[in-house]
Amino acid sequence: MSDEKKLIYLDNNATTKVDEIVLEKMIPYFSKLYGNASSMYDLGAKSAQAIKAAREQMMGLFNANDPKEVFFTASGSESANMGIRGILAADTTKKHIITTKVEHPCVLNLYKKLEKQGYNVTYLNVNSEGALDLNELEEAVNEDTALVAVMAANNETGIIFPIEKISQIVKSKNPKTKIYVDAVQAAGKISIDAQKWNVDMIGVSGHKFHAPKGIGALYVKTGTLFVPLIEGGHQERGKRAGTENVPSIVGIGQAAEYALAGLADESTRVKDLRNKLETSILKTVFNARLNSSLVNRVPNTTNIGFEYVEGELILLHLGDKGICASSGSACTSGSLDPSHVLKAMGVPFTALHGSIRFSLSRFTTEAEIDYTIKVLPEIIEKLTKISPFQRELKELKDVKSGND
Amino acid sequence: MWDYTDKVMELYRNPKNVGSIEDADAIGEAGSLSCGDMLKIYLKLDEKGIITDAKFQTFGCGSAVASSSILTEMVIGKHIDDARKITNQEIAEALGGLPPEKMHCSVMGHEALEAAIANFYHEDVKCPEKGKVICKCFNVTQETIESEIKANNLKTLEDIMNYTKAGGACGKCQNEIKRILDETIQSEKPLTKTQMILKINNVIDKYISSELRKDGGDIELIDVEENKVFVKLSGKCQSCNRSQLTLTHFVEATLREHISPNIEIIQV
Ligand code: FES
Repeated sequence: MSDEKKLIYLDNNATTKVDEIVLEKMIPYFSKLYGNASSMYDLGAKSAQAIKAAREQMMGLFNANDPKEVFFTASGSESANMGIRGILAADTTKKHIITTKVEHPCVLNLYKKLEKQGYNVTYLNVNSEGALDLNELEEAVNEDTALVAVMAANNETGIIFPIEKISQIVKSKNPKTKIYVDAVQAAGKISIDAQKWNVDMIGVSGHKFHAPKGIGALYVKTGTLFVPLIEGGHQERGKRAGTENVPSIVGIGQAAEYALAGLADESTRVKDLRNKLETSILKTVFNARLNSSLVNRVPNTTNIGFEYVEGELILLHLGDKGICASSGSACTSGSLDPSHVLKAMGVPFTALHGSIRFSLSRFTTEAEIDYTIKVLPEIIEKLTKISPFQRELKELKDVKSGND
Repeated sequence: MWDYTDKVMELYRNPKNVGSIEDADAIGEAGSLSCGDMLKIYLKLDEKGIITDAKFQTFGCGSAVASSSILTEMVIGKHIDDARKITNQEIAEALGGLPPEKMHCSVMGHEALEAAIANFYHEDVKCPEKGKVICKCFNVTQETIESEIKANNLKTLEDIMNYTKAGGACGKCQNEIKRILDETIQSEKPLTKTQMILKINNVIDKYISSELRKDGGDIELIDVEENKVFVKLSGKCQSCNRSQLTLTHFVEATLREHISPNIEIIQV
């Protein structure tokens, strides 16, 4: 294969490819089995059955008690909005809500809006390893706390938050406080466990675990009151109106089953590949530093800062070699501010703008990792030559190589 | 993915004139590490003031590399005083254009060149710390914002963010930037009294009169004194007990929108 033809996809936290088998299961529901699940004839019943089966598969992914605890949505963002807004609308007497500084924009931007609407918000800090200070959380929860929204795993660094512990702390301080968990980056990588976690709501998004884009799900613990975001027909027991997207629901259900079955592969094979990539880069590239703690991470993600080199430029050169990754650099997004996650962790400016996230999947092969390991150091070497920080880079090189 | 021109792609892949010049006659710098992009430019001149060599080092994205590279090519062979005339638009044009969000890369090129030329002439380099810093996140001064508004004919807050980055992070400085924008646009074109009267009458004709006539009233411009606009209501508007509201919420607001945010309506 020539370099130009290669496509090495290491951006699976952005989106994943739809699993061929998932796709196959979906196809009949576009054409042959196109019935509306609400219709009274057999064609409709087939769709209703397919939704039922998918709901049970999702139940497995969440480790829910009852299929009634599963609602289908159109995305992770919708799950977060439906959950958070829904809970707050069900009890408007409490005005304090908590989240972390490193949440996904679907939670953070919603919280900013709620703040403007009169909610009193606590944004929890993280330390340089990306971990939450649980004492800070404990201090923050009070009588007036309506909700804590926290992610299970961070999209940029892969860092895992201890949901079970968080829930114990929150519920022991105020049993009435509800907990929403954004598990979008956890699904398919680590186990999601509604029972053990003891939380009220969990949101996931299909396209992060090999289902298509445009489908998500929300777990809502039995007995949790929430006001629907979308009013209309009786679909999803009146909690989320709109004719069901049957093919995608079939897809997310099937993908959930595979995700659950593939957790062992994630925690062994994928993790080994990630570690191989990470160790090699940190060893061979003198200006590379790891932007997270080594331990509590999902198995597929690594975030590496290349000091004194800019992220977009690295991505462009990686792209020329067929390697897809993503960056916390502001230059790759419409925004001018670099990653809020890396900033909250206090990643120094020297590495902040040159941070690259590599995220693997069950389709990543060893050959792909080997190729990346081969071309990346050459690219960084070339780019350090353009950098105006030659003296700093030299000092860094000397320190790393043990010279003085 | 940004919509980069072929020229930008060619130059980020194979930039020209990368590096430093040991015995440079002039060195200029713009941007900083904390802001996410930085450029250093080195010039070598002959005794006639012709730039014989130029090199650059940059910490920045693909368009920063391309802008810096093309800039070095543009200045080589030029007299330093002619190089001084290069604008950021010319840098962007030479690249076949830049995405609007990346125009600040061309501005950075221009600033670094200016700094290098000032360094050559031993002039006082415009020190950002000297002006009032408006955007703390990107350390952008009032002076920079004003000069970019004028040089690039910027019209909106978004334009200013694209060209200077100011306002693009925490956003706390955005109101201040809007104020500078309004004032700069204002000061750009001081209108004579006759121009002002013509303009106001135009806006009244186009947007105001027709609305008032629907309610059986009308308005007439009596006089203008700087920002004070003296008007007289007629017909039903004259006797309406909400006429003051109409004047401030509709007439004044419309004139402010189309002419100047400082306009003040006075009923005579
Ligand atoms: S102060 Fe200008 S964006 Fe923060």
